[in-house]
Amino acid sequence: MTGPGNGATGPGNGDRPDNGPPLLEVCDLVVHHGQLRALDGISLRVFPGEVYAIIGANGAGKSTLLRTVAGLHRPTAGSVRFDGQEVTRLRPELRARQGVVMVPEGRRLFGSLSVEENLLVGDSYARPGPWTIERVYEMFGWMRERRNQLTAQLSGGEQQTVAIGRALVANPRVLLLDELSLGLAPVVVQRIYGMLPQILATGLTVLLVEQDVSQALRVASHIHCLLEGRTTLESRPADVTADQVEAAYFGLAGTASASPPGEGGEP
Amino acid sequence: MGWVNAIIQGVLTGGLYALFACGLSLMFGVMKVVNLAHGDLAVVAGYVAIGVITVTHIPVLWSFLIVVPLMALLGYVLQRTIIQGALDRSVLITLLVTFGLSVVIENGLLQFFSANSRAIGTGLSLVSGSFTLGSQIQIGYLLVVIFAVAVVVLLGLQYFLSRSRYGRLIRAVADDREAAQLAGADYRHVFGIAAALAFGTVALAGIAYGMYSQLSPTTGTDTILLFAFAAVVIGGLGSLWGTLLGGVVLGVAQQIGAQINISDEVLAGYIVFLAVLVLRPQGLISRRAQS
Ligand SMILES: Nc1ncnc2c1ncn2[C@@H]1O[C@H](COP(=O)(O)OP(=O)(O)O)[C@@H](O)[C@H]1O
Ligand SMILES: [Mg+2]
Repeated sequence: MTGPGNGATGPGNGDRPDNGPPLLEVCDLVVHHGQLRALDGISLRVFPGEVYAIIGANGAGKSTLLRTVAGLHRPTAGSVRFDGQEVTRLRPELRARQGVVMVPEGRRLFGSLSVEENLLVGDSYARPGPWTIERVYEMFGWMRERRNQLTAQLSGGEQQTVAIGRALVANPRVLLLDELSLGLAPVVVQRIYGMLPQILATGLTVLLVEQDVSQALRVASHIHCLLEGRTTLESRPADVTADQVEAAYFGLAGTASASPPGEGGEP
Repeated sequence: MGWVNAIIQGVLTGGLYALFACGLSLMFGVMKVVNLAHGDLAVVAGYVAIGVITVTHIPVLWSFLIVVPLMALLGYVLQRTIIQGALDRSVLITLLVTFGLSVVIENGLLQFFSANSRAIGTGLSLVSGSFTLGSQIQIGYLLVVIFAVAVVVLLGLQYFLSRSRYGRLIRAVADDREAAQLAGADYRHVFGIAAALAFGTVALAGIAYGMYSQLSPTTGTDTILLFAFAAVVIGGLGSLWGTLLGGVVLGVAQQIGAQINISDEVLAGYIVFLAVLVLRPQGLISRRAQS
């Protein structure tokens, strides 16, 4: 794990933009899966141009949070605001058309459609903007050559790239990325996260979920750690130690963000 | 000679069965709805055609220009209302709801039109006539026309599904509804469009059967739905061209059965249907194999 002190090499490693309103604001979100309280009072604010990373162990509620922002889950309480508008009850397809676009966990490509058709579906309700299928092909030359193949014939990393491309051609204002690294070799993960600066350069904002903490610390301008549906840490990567992050991630004793590096008693 | 004739007649009847089946297959393939009212809706379309012809005096063959759009509209509306409402609860509920719809339609037809059967009289020698091949094989023009219509319908559906924007969205929604929503697609609307297409083919099925044979309030379930089911299962669930293959196999089996013993016609079809169900439950063409 790289030291978080020198980890923030991504854009926005300066001060958090306190001027101007947040692009995305989640307030006191409570989400249930049946009886299970998957999220319990989560709040966060994502400012334009940020890379905001949600980290946490398996089952912490990261996907639930992202899916609720995308509109796929109805919260029991709390609100989601996008660009100043209340969108808590807005259907997912309408959020997508307004610019909240998610790359879901596990990629979820359309299996009976070709690579290009997957991109065309992403383009179907696209907002105007810099991203086109042509631009995606320019960024990934191999994709143009293999545009008529079914996505099942691609490697995991290639599939993840197509999934990102499908989201980009919709010209999102905020791009939600759920565990890009899932099931991919480290070198492939590096390559995929390496695209992030180019994507950010086109002016969009990223809210991502990552189980791989070192990866998140490397790219994020802000991190937010979940544990069993609650916030255990919220900070800029530069302002926390590895031990603090570890404590928040695993729920070791004294997880408050201000506490010294934990000694690891049972919670 | 009788055998050759049986096979030729069977293949041609397969076109009619493909018309019966393709809408059922589309509804199942896209929204996992088994529409038990499928056959009754075809009968409704046939009755509407009779009504339209009587009132407007348009040429019989052109009645589809009115009936197909009407049925497509009905398909969209039914999908967006009661079928979607059932789907939101569970796939099982859609079975109950479409079964209920079937019962209502059948009883409605009995109430308003009595149990008498009626045909769509074409009055055209082109359609009612036939030509002979060799000395003993007589082929009706109508079956040839219906077969051609079925092929055109399947080609049209395939072209629409593979090339058009909505066709692509239909396939995307069938693959992964949530992922399609994340791309901005309202899957309910897309389902509605798929249902409109399916109901358009249902209209053609009803009109074709009304010309070929006779329609009565019970034809929908005792003939059209059952043959459609058999063709879909034989051909392969959710496969469009499978419905033509399934229809042809069913038609040939029936004709061969009739050749053995006239009363075995329908039974022979169902025996093949059962055999496929047991030996190759995915059907002769599995969905993945088709592109
Ligand atoms: N659709 C669902 N139905 C029931 N329980 C769910 C569902 N999705 C997630 N959960 C549960 O909610 C909790 C949080 O899950 P999730 O948000 O997927 O966590 P993460 O993405 O952090 O691994 C887990 O306990 C998980 O089992
Ligand atoms: Mg997850």
